[in-house]
Amino acid sequence: MSLFDYTLKELQEKLHNKEITVSDLVETSFARINEVDDEVQAFLTLNEEEAKKQAKELDEQLGTDASILYGAPIGIKDNIVTKGLRTTAASQILANLNDPLYDATVVEKLNAEKTVTIGKLNMDEFAMGSTNENSGYKKTRNPWNTDYVPGGSSGGSAAAVAAGEVFFSLGSDTGGSIRQPASFCGVVGLKPTYGLVSRFGLVAFASSLDQIGPITRTVEDNAHLLQAIVGHDKMDSTSANVEIPNYSDAFKQDVKGLRIAVPKEYLAEGVDKEVKEAVLQALKKYEELGATWEEVSLPHSKYAVAAYYLLSSSEASANLARFDGVRYGVRTEKRVDMLDMFKHSRAEGFGDEVKRRIMLGTFALSSGYYDAYYKKAQKVRTLIKNDFEKIFEDYDVIVGPTSPTTAYKIGEKIDDPLTMYVDDILTIPVNLAGVPGISVPCGLSSEGLPIGLQIIGKHFDESTVYRTAYAFEQATDHHKKRPSLGGDK
Amino acid sequence: MADISKDQVKHVANLARLALTDEEVEKMAKQLGDIISYAELLNELDTDNVEPTTHVLDLKNVMRKDEPREWISKEDALKNAPDQKDGQFRVPSILE
Repeated sequence: MSLFDYTLKELQEKLHNKEITVSDLVETSFARINEVDDEVQAFLTLNEEEAKKQAKELDEQLGTDASILYGAPIGIKDNIVTKGLRTTAASQILANLNDPLYDATVVEKLNAEKTVTIGKLNMDEFAMGSTNENSGYKKTRNPWNTDYVPGGSSGGSAAAVAAGEVFFSLGSDTGGSIRQPASFCGVVGLKPTYGLVSRFGLVAFASSLDQIGPITRTVEDNAHLLQAIVGHDKMDSTSANVEIPNYSDAFKQDVKGLRIAVPKEYLAEGVDKEVKEAVLQALKKYEELGATWEEVSLPHSKYAVAAYYLLSSSEASANLARFDGVRYGVRTEKRVDMLDMFKHSRAEGFGDEVKRRIMLGTFALSSGYYDAYYKKAQKVRTLIKNDFEKIFEDYDVIVGPTSPTTAYKIGEKIDDPLTMYVDDILTIPVNLAGVPGISVPCGLSSEGLPIGLQIIGKHFDESTVYRTAYAFEQATDHHKKRPSLGGDK
Repeated sequence: MADISKDQVKHVANLARLALTDEEVEKMAKQLGDIISYAELLNELDTDNVEPTTHVLDLKNVMRKDEPREWISKEDALKNAPDQKDGQFRVPSILE
């Protein structure tokens, strides 16, 4: 058994009882990384020397008022800026960004809680992708079967938690990038309400959709990590100034009388039979626990993927204009004039998927096409958002699968961008509506690959999302299953 | 069906400041055409009386006073630059 099989609460007790030290926790991380990361390939950069030094200091300073996150080893997705620790967003255009100048707000907040940063986690380049195959550096593997992808774009963040390389991690979610890899890797991943977590220091992909969120092994620890990173930030003008509840209070309540909506579009054709079966079993469990569920409709779901790709690519084309080989990042070695220096630096630094999306976005925003594509997509976004609002008039949460399938084989979809985009159909509407969504493990397929249950809540109602997720987790054992890797085989 | 011509791809690539090879232009024309064709699904919907959503939360412009404060130093700002000279970023010449 690994120390990471305990909950934060249990670890904190052990720390205070002197059964373990922060150094033990940090050693657990690096020992496991040495053991399995050749197979999993989750990390882009390790922070070993600094982490071990910090662990020693934390062991000396441990006081009775320590935060529940004290000394917990965390992995950070590589699009979240860490001062002095290489940050590339898995892009070759940032290959030389070895000494970033500041910490993202979420990292500052974690530092205040005394977590220990173990390293930076692989992802699809600039968070564009669903498999981690678009990383400019390496392909992370699914810990449950290394012939399969971990999902994406936060694939490294989900795989590292599933493989026991870190206690927990941060990811980011623009169209499903936390929930889908959490589903594929059998861990718990939350995309918070848009605006709940500061995006200052998150390398921007699509600013009206991006959110940072926690990936953990249990729902309870997910809430603890969220609690540490939320809050208004004057450095992020899209940060919401709302009252923050104590998320742990959600676990004191059961789900008797909870009204669950199940969109028929979420169990329709295209959803794998085993996935559907696992979700229906979960709904049965909710009935036993005293909740009720009814079928509803999100009639504009089928338009979500098209709207999303137009909007997110348009925003990306503007956001990624900053990578020009002037102030930081890699510049082409070709001796060319200024304009060609921009063009070649970008052509050499960006991968195929990033170029494709910049092109799509630039096209959608270009003169003569703006109204037909970009503005049209914004209007469809309104319809999708209204669908959710209407359902939430009568129901507390929406439940369905996180992804229509379990993980894909590596290489299976990489040459077919459109099919891969369509597979994000169950996560994308949540980002367009800006509501929170979580993925929790709800079973294994006959091939032994994890299946994720998605629970979606109202704006800023993470508490009800957690309460719903926690009740299911406590009533089942899915979250206790572990992949066989390294010495476990 | 949306057809995207190679000339259109070259025009957009110039706007996006991306140098594409002929091979990439050809591939991009097909892939963008496919994606745009798929996006035309949205035309099934009548959105004449629908307001566009730019932002999901009811946030208005957030203003603060324009006051100078300490941020990163000039040395720090330059330390990740590909090229620099005399405390400034250096770029290829723009004028002949």
